[in-house]
Amino acid sequence: MVDPRTSVINERLSRITRIIAVSSGKGGVGKSMVATALALTLARSSCSVGLFDLDFTGPSTHIILGARKVQPKEERGIIPPTVDGLKYMSLVYYVGDNPAPLRGVDVSNALIELLAVTQWGTLDFLVIDMPPGIGDAVLDLVRLIKRIEFLIVTTPSMLAFETVKKQVELLSELNMPIIGLVENMKMDKENGVDAATKKLGLRYLGAIPFDPKVEEAIGKGTKLLSTAVGVGLKEIARKFISKQKREL
Amino acid sequence: MHEWALAEAILKSAEEVAEKEKLKEITEVTIRIGELQQVERPILRFAISQMKPPLLKHTKFRILTAKSKLRCRVCGTVWHFDSKSVDKETAEAIHFVPEVAHSYIKCPKCGSPDFEITIGRGVWLENVKGAKQ
Repeated sequence: MVDPRTSVINERLSRITRIIAVSSGKGGVGKSMVATALALTLARSSCSVGLFDLDFTGPSTHIILGARKVQPKEERGIIPPTVDGLKYMSLVYYVGDNPAPLRGVDVSNALIELLAVTQWGTLDFLVIDMPPGIGDAVLDLVRLIKRIEFLIVTTPSMLAFETVKKQVELLSELNMPIIGLVENMKMDKENGVDAATKKLGLRYLGAIPFDPKVEEAIGKGTKLLSTAVGVGLKEIARKFISKQKREL
Repeated sequence: MHEWALAEAILKSAEEVAEKEKLKEITEVTIRIGELQQVERPILRFAISQMKPPLLKHTKFRILTAKSKLRCRVCGTVWHFDSKSVDKETAEAIHFVPEVAHSYIKCPKCGSPDFEITIGRGVWLENVKGAKQ
């Protein structure tokens, strides 16, 4: 028996220039905030951008974006609605406020289903908000999307950085390109994350200082971009999209 | 899965099988569809007829349904999904992504959402018949 869904996934993504998976080894590092702010930053710079929330069991990008009363359209698949300038896709359209208690095999199936039916069209960037860790979603994306690149988010905590090492090791074994590392919620001036990142052979893209105003910006995309996350991401994005035709 | 997207996936996948098996034409394709997908067969058939490539021009498509079977991981109860037991909006959500059943359906005996969809999700190419080159 053959699962036909996987045959169309790369076709669905064929008109997307870059696919960036924002991931972290540990939860709570601000990955969803970084993914959303990155997508908004790129979209505000005349790029066409999609945001795909793959954190099925703990989705939060819809809250960060303030996405309400929007639903995908059916047209030879699913067409994501536009939210704050982004083509936005999430499992929350189908589960609402209910919990989604999914085991690994269910995560894989839901992921394949959404990748197979979502019609993204032409995009400069698709930003994917990954679930934390190196579980099913990471392994499935690596298996299914040949052109995926990873952007790793950590905090200054050594607990978070420890998991980065494992993540980098796994992605390197799988020959996956890693754009670099973003240090989020930085409070001290020097903590060694920069040097430790370089020691891993990774590019240290920059630090985003801890900003209490981020909490007030939840649900307001434009306000988020005026916080340290938005300002920091704009600077960071410049570093890895320099090869793109469009300039930030 | 939406019927048109599903049809596209089926046709592309059948072509891949034909290429792998070195078939010059495909005479019959058997598709098995999980009950949870709640696929509208007439739409699926129409979509297939509209999109089929030359290799599948004279292909007979057999569409079978896999009746659902859910098994509770906590108490072991086995039951089957009845789309009439949920409201229209929920049935629609399950139609698009069958795994979201875990957000709406509970074990009829113990109430746990921790169940396994043993049969009845997904779309499968069960058989592709054709003439070799």
